[in-house]
Amino acid sequence: MRALLIRDLRLALRAGGGFGLGLAFFLIVVVLVPFSVGPAPELLTRIAPGVLWLGALLACLLSLDRLLAVDWEDGALDLLATSPLPLEGVVAIKAVAHWITTGLPLVLAAPVLGVLLNLAPAGYGVLVLSLLLGTPALSMIGAFGAALTVGIKRGGLLLSLLVLPLYVPTLIFGAEAARRGAEGLDPGTPLLMLAGITGAVLALMPFAAGAVLRVNLR
Amino acid sequence: MDLTVTNLAVGRGGVPVLAGVSFALAPGEVLVLRGPNGAGKTTLLRSIAGLQEPMAGQVAGAEDRIAYAAHADGLKSALTVAENLAFWAAVFEQTGIDQALSAFDLHDLQDRRAGQLSAGQKRRLGLARLVVTGRPVWVLDEPTVSLDAASVALFAQAVRAHLAAGGSALIATHIDLGLDARVLDVTPYRAALGAVASSDEVFL
Repeated sequence: MRALLIRDLRLALRAGGGFGLGLAFFLIVVVLVPFSVGPAPELLTRIAPGVLWLGALLACLLSLDRLLAVDWEDGALDLLATSPLPLEGVVAIKAVAHWITTGLPLVLAAPVLGVLLNLAPAGYGVLVLSLLLGTPALSMIGAFGAALTVGIKRGGLLLSLLVLPLYVPTLIFGAEAARRGAEGLDPGTPLLMLAGITGAVLALMPFAAGAVLRVNLR
Repeated sequence: MDLTVTNLAVGRGGVPVLAGVSFALAPGEVLVLRGPNGAGKTTLLRSIAGLQEPMAGQVAGAEDRIAYAAHADGLKSALTVAENLAFWAAVFEQTGIDQALSAFDLHDLQDRRAGQLSAGQKRRLGLARLVVTGRPVWVLDEPTVSLDAASVALFAQAVRAHLAAGGSALIATHIDLGLDARVLDVTPYRAALGAVASSDEVFL
């Protein structure tokens, strides 16, 4: 398992691995929002938590279609399926690697980009905390979507459509927690809901993804 | 422990391809599968390797004992030859890739990226993976594609070493490897269309 994680991280960081794609997309979205909304600092402050959450979610979505497709195309997935590693573990590790290379950089970049959106000073801590709690669920749900669409050429479109509704609860509670934090309200309840969703996703999704992958490998 | 296949029926996309295949493979033995293109050799090998459910029949002695190699080698072009092999060794909880490197004459290439190798060199690396798995039953689908005569000889030698160490091999190939092998022609097992009515193409 550890070998697979190390390999995936190494592949992501080497040339052509696509590391930084999500981060660059996040940066572009957040930089462009003030231009499209216009010179209204109060309005930006109000929408900042939501925009940051939406930007992070879409950036996460962007890199999902390569999550399993690369290993499928070069035959490594078949070989992993016949290896001692359980497929559930393979998918879970892939999701962890995706989170480390995509989700974690987004979490770390969010407070910097918050400045561009005139995020209220009180909101930074909760924003980072909510993203930290929510992005693992995005990666794991994404891995499930990738398992569903593996083997389909240009499966990215289908993947996005399948995954989007599953992302909604995380987005609602994540953005709500960040908004409450920014407005100085108690973000406890949405944060707990967010943590609960992430916990359930991490506990159940690897099994769903493993089962789906087994069907798709036939 | 033998690999025993009893009355196996396999299909592709719900359509039966082969039916009634039976054979046993004892340690130290090699069985060569023959048959025209599309006869179902790959489907049979995938079923034995556990990648797809057989439509009927049993495969015994395959669980956690098979090293499977298909048309695609599963190499990562951004990793070096040594890194690729070390990864598979770690996945199969084995240590040491030296034996595999020397068996397929890859020592000089070990720091090269797999993406820079020629097709034949990639194939050799893909086959070297079998050695690092430490699994006793090799299930190989056209292992000699894009290999030159010298590399085919290397491969045959690796198979012989594997057999001598108590392993066995099931190989679908069309060329003569110079091995003392039993040959199984799959053509007589071709399934009549509609012979197996039930389909496994249910979702989940």
